[in-house]
Amino acid sequence: MIQAILVFNNHGKPRLVRFYQRFPEEIQQQIVRETFHLVLKRDDNICNFLEGGSLIGGSDYKLIYRHYATLYFVFCVDSSESELGILDLIQVFVETLDKCFENVCELDLIFHMDKVHYILQEVVMGGMVLETNMNEIVAQIEAQNRLEKSEVNRVLLCRPG
Amino acid sequence: MQPLSAGSGLEAGVCKSKEAEIKRINKELANIRSKFKGDKALDGYSKKKYVCKLLFIFLLGHDIDFGHMEAVNLLSSNRYTEKQIGYLFISVLVNSNSELIRLINNAIKNDLASRNPTFMGLALHCIASVGSREMAEAFAGEIPKVLVAGDTMDSVKQSAALCLLRLYRTSPDLVPMGDWTSRVVHLLNDQHLGVVTAATSLITTLAQKNPEEFKTSVSLAVSRLSRIVTSASTDLQDYTYYFVPAPWLSVKLLRLLQCYPPPDPAVRGRLTECLETILNKAQEPPKSKKVQHSNAKNAVLFEAISLIIHHDSEPNLLVRACNQLGQFLQHRETNLRYLALESMCTLASSEFSHEAVKTHIETVINALKTERDVSVRQRAVDLLYAMCDRSNAPQIVAEMLSYLETADYSIREEIVLKVAILAEKYAVDYTWYVDTILNLIRIAGDYVSEEVWYRVIQIVINRDDVQGYAAKTVFEALQAPACHENLVKVGGYILGEFGNLIAGDPRSSPLIQFNLLHSKFHLCSVPTRALLLSTYIKFVNLFPEVKPTIQDVLRSDSQLRNADVELQQRAVEYLRLSTVASTDILATVLEEMPPFPERESSILAKLKKKKGPSTVTDLEDTKRERSVDVNGGPEPAPASTSAMSTPSPSADLLGLGAAPPAPAGPPPSSGGGGLLVDVFSDSASVVAPLAPGSEDNFARFVCKNNGVLFENQLLQIGLKSEFRQNLGRMFIFYGNKTSTQFLNFTPTLICSDELQPNILGFITKPVDPTVEGGAQVQQVVNIECVSDFTEAPVLNIQFRYGGTFQNVSVQLPITLNKFFQPTEMASQDFFQRWKQLSNPQQEVQNIFKAKHPMDTEVTKAKIIGFGSALLEEVDPNPANFVGAGIIHTKTTQIGCLLRLEPNLQAQMYRLTLRTSKEAVSQRLCELLSAQF
Repeated sequence: MIQAILVFNNHGKPRLVRFYQRFPEEIQQQIVRETFHLVLKRDDNICNFLEGGSLIGGSDYKLIYRHYATLYFVFCVDSSESELGILDLIQVFVETLDKCFENVCELDLIFHMDKVHYILQEVVMGGMVLETNMNEIVAQIEAQNRLEKSEVNRVLLCRPG
Repeated sequence: MQPLSAGSGLEAGVCKSKEAEIKRINKELANIRSKFKGDKALDGYSKKKYVCKLLFIFLLGHDIDFGHMEAVNLLSSNRYTEKQIGYLFISVLVNSNSELIRLINNAIKNDLASRNPTFMGLALHCIASVGSREMAEAFAGEIPKVLVAGDTMDSVKQSAALCLLRLYRTSPDLVPMGDWTSRVVHLLNDQHLGVVTAATSLITTLAQKNPEEFKTSVSLAVSRLSRIVTSASTDLQDYTYYFVPAPWLSVKLLRLLQCYPPPDPAVRGRLTECLETILNKAQEPPKSKKVQHSNAKNAVLFEAISLIIHHDSEPNLLVRACNQLGQFLQHRETNLRYLALESMCTLASSEFSHEAVKTHIETVINALKTERDVSVRQRAVDLLYAMCDRSNAPQIVAEMLSYLETADYSIREEIVLKVAILAEKYAVDYTWYVDTILNLIRIAGDYVSEEVWYRVIQIVINRDDVQGYAAKTVFEALQAPACHENLVKVGGYILGEFGNLIAGDPRSSPLIQFNLLHSKFHLCSVPTRALLLSTYIKFVNLFPEVKPTIQDVLRSDSQLRNADVELQQRAVEYLRLSTVASTDILATVLEEMPPFPERESSILAKLKKKKGPSTVTDLEDTKRERSVDVNGGPEPAPASTSAMSTPSPSADLLGLGAAPPAPAGPPPSSGGGGLLVDVFSDSASVVAPLAPGSEDNFARFVCKNNGVLFENQLLQIGLKSEFRQNLGRMFIFYGNKTSTQFLNFTPTLICSDELQPNILGFITKPVDPTVEGGAQVQQVVNIECVSDFTEAPVLNIQFRYGGTFQNVSVQLPITLNKFFQPTEMASQDFFQRWKQLSNPQQEVQNIFKAKHPMDTEVTKAKIIGFGSALLEEVDPNPANFVGAGIIHTKTTQIGCLLRLEPNLQAQMYRLTLRTSKEAVSQRLCELLSAQF
């Protein structure tokens, strides 16, 4: 099971935080910071797996992460997940973001935080992998966009004048 | 219309500084709050916008304490986008015991019944995210129906499966098994691979607890797997990921099969075929150079190998798996080397492949020396430990020892434990064992825990063939100008028992042995000194010729008048014993230690605790036949005579550990007549303002637990209290100083509204309403700290004395620091943690003038009395005081570090507190500052 999905930039600023196990808000913040410190001190080109920080359960959990340009994507998982599988899942998530935002960058995550959550929800649900087929995910997101657009149009039509 | 842009302007990147950001955010929060509270009803769009902004502010790390109601309102909107953001807010921010949960459940119920797949999906997502018990109660019966209904859309089925899985995880008792289970198993045959993946996850979890119910899934999973593995990679179209057919589903199916033993022959043949195909594919040239291709392919391969190891029944497959992993050990991808080391660890415990794993020893040792990544090196240590047996133990132990010299601090302690266990388990020659452990102490003394040096002593005492060698070796090791304190402990103990075995050699005569040990004495901590004193008295028995020398040492002021009670007591008693006892009595009292009873190695227990039981036990069980018999007990007595043993500071003097907090009784409205005084009742009677001078008395109790809390002409109140973790018990003594009776004597404990949720205090028994002249009555208060708190409860006492009504209130000295447990740590750990708590909110500092003379010993005593451990030799400046401890509350434990820097010239102190919680740092700083 995936315990948490954390995305932060090279300075540790959180960009997407999603916990699938309940932690008090204060602990959530500490976990983000602890994870950032664990990941930051690692060089690029070494292994993408490490033991989880003490707050999230220590050696029973693994942190699986990828570093893209200015962002770290970290998944905290228990032993029931395949490490390489999760690594690919991160890739699927990022590729999907890239398709939906056309060359996704950090600013997209800031300005479209809600949308990023919706995309993630198509990939992971309650800590389990929901869908891995990128075409299917993108199709769902496009359907959402169409719904949104139609609602906006409806609002505009209803406005007087 | 503008898209929602939550982050605009709220970002530190846009704002110039942290302060500017906080200011900007507070302004925004105030704005949103006023919008929500305003008279004008907000339209859906604005509500959506503000809820989204709140989410973003939450992401930046700020508390959000409003907006929940607005989010719940959005749930019942007909507009998709409004509903969507409402659900997102609830999923990310809801508190499972929130009062809103009923409203949320209602909205979910409506959406589930709406038959609109998009709305159903949102509702299911929300249940899976929150997953609370209330939700399980409301929906656990409903969701299986959605899952297996014929007309449910694929995407909804996927969500329903995972939603059910989540509810089963949180509340398995609420998910009823039933007809639906067999239909869920048949989802493994579903057309839609997304549905199959979700269903496989669900079945895997359910099957772990109900294997019988889901047994039929095995053959279905095998045939599904077989279709994927043998298909040409284009057949699965969209589920082919970088030329690998449905890798996630394959992984999930292989996991599911690991819940069961090898299937019956027909299915088994098919499965073996699949596994062979997967192993064969690993040898084929890659279809793409992309790392994603190799990742996906190897994810399946590693899972297949896990299944092969789990079945542990096909020698042929096991050896192939081992060879495959052997190839990965030298792969250029670090991830693969890591995973190969990890998998091989489990493979090493299979009897079919143990020998095959051992052939890779050189590669693994090389990994230990050359890997750049500590995570990988750690896996290499694990594997060496797993593959160790009697044939390669000397090599592996030697390599681990040499690695220890440069190993990462984070894994040293674990390596020490592993070396100690291997050395003991595979020792043929116990001189090798003794050498190894002494080396271990020399190389990594700080990381050698008590269990390790206890163990070496147990073994030496139990094996008389090694005692002379051990005495000689420790004697030689102690010659080093600087040796670790742990070595002094082992040396002291062993020479005290077996020093006579080497006393014949003039180079290690009794006097030389004694002088050698005593030269280390003053550099050691109190427990070690105590141990050495016991060694000295043992010498008195072993070597009558050094008795006068030892008596002189014991008699010196530094021993007989030592400030430490334990040392003083030992010196006095040993000195007396050596003077009054006859040789025979001495010989009996100070006889050699008897062998320790056989028990499980305490080191192994420690490693299990460190690594979690499963990882260690498995290896142990399978290797049991190879293990040797070693005697041992978990804790050797620190000294020979039990009369000298130190009472443990955590000894349960008052039985606090066992006493459950007193149950809350029926709330009696007023007065002390009831059996249980309700301490929380806002009793209508007027409570006196705090007695004058009680503030001072209160401060005195911060660093101590017993004494007089209050005294006037009539009444004296004394206290005796004990605290342990988050519980405490306080004995209150009321003394009537007059010769006249007190009538209607009613003490009440009052906790303010603010304090109430954080501290529970119960008076266990009311006192007799009449207190005779000159008498003393006692009352017990049980205390439980639920979470951190600032105020102290007030004790109000009302009584009649000679016709006048008396009313006294004093603050009870129940302060946050009472729930401290001291924590010892080394300098490096201290500063590492200190740095981790570097957030500005976590630190509180106070610079203040000394109110009392600045005496080092008094200060030390106060810091210890405060409850934290006093850490010596941690701060580079010896004048500073450093402490560490953990505050125990019922809900959490909060680590606390403190540092007190005195400035004698200026007569000032600087006190710095760092804890993970601002309020705690603040309160502790206040409390402690008032003490100096």
